[in-house]
Amino acid sequence: MSTIFIIMSLLLCGAMIVAGLMAVWPGRNLPIVILASGLVSLLASVQFLLLAAPDVAMTEAAIGSGLTTFLFFFVLNRVRKGTHHG
Amino acid sequence: MVSRFFVLLLLTGVGAIFVSLMFGYVPDNALNLTARYYAENTVRDTGAANIVAAIVVTFRGLDTLGEVTVLFLTAAIVGLVLAGSQQGRLRREQPAPGELLVTGTRLLVPLTLLLGVYVFVNGHLTPGGGFQGGAILASAVLMLLLADPLREFSHQLISAIESISGLVFVAIGLLGMVYAGGFLDNRILPLGTLGDLISAGAIPVIYSFIGLKVGAEFSSMMVNLSETEEP
Repeated sequence: MSTIFIIMSLLLCGAMIVAGLMAVWPGRNLPIVILASGLVSLLASVQFLLLAAPDVAMTEAAIGSGLTTFLFFFVLNRVRKGTHHG
Repeated sequence: MVSRFFVLLLLTGVGAIFVSLMFGYVPDNALNLTARYYAENTVRDTGAANIVAAIVVTFRGLDTLGEVTVLFLTAAIVGLVLAGSQQGRLRREQPAPGELLVTGTRLLVPLTLLLGVYVFVNGHLTPGGGFQGGAILASAVLMLLLADPLREFSHQLISAIESISGLVFVAIGLLGMVYAGGFLDNRILPLGTLGDLISAGAIPVIYSFIGLKVGAEFSSMMVNLSETEEP
């Protein structure tokens, strides 16, 4: 395991923690939380790629950071409409 | 205040567990028994160049069937929950999608579909496979939905693709019980040369149908969510 590999992994972990903090920071709103969760998934997929698991990385990138984020936005949109009219 | 204290306590506990896991980590010097079997015998047994695909489709094929069933149940429940809301075709204050999005979608949708099909057809050779390819197919449907929210998608077509793929998946598994060593055995078709597109027995066929099924399930979820409106 080379030093540059460890440094990159630690940087990714740090970025993931920062994205998690974005989600719990005071004054956040729901779209930012959804984007932060998508960001964590994206960084996790890069981490999986570094750990030599390209299959898992592809699944994480396509489902975790792509589709789930958009599904959350769809549902958020619907829930907001519900509170407006109900 | 009290709840915040408990949350902090919980986080500290979880953190302590992970720190002890990290410092207690000893890397393995050799593969363990199961992994060694897979690494040594996968090519001989299944003829697949991608060992992960061989494990997912053949050795652990029953788990994959379970995963696909879970996804199917999720899509069915989304449809069931949304069935009560009115199928609203008239949308209020729907802003028109931008020119950039519409033009970009026209360019990207065929390429995305091609990439999805490539990923699941080549699942036994390169990283990727049914789930990844299916998700990429569904993201093409998502792009179409974003560019034109009023677009009509054929529910019959989506459900037909979904159910036929699921039935073929199970039927290939049962054929494996009859003509080869067991449920989902891929040796019902000739194994071929390692690395060819048509090789590895039934793995590419099964993975293609899994890809179509996953894509149809995700698409039906998104189409349902976008078509229904609050009553």
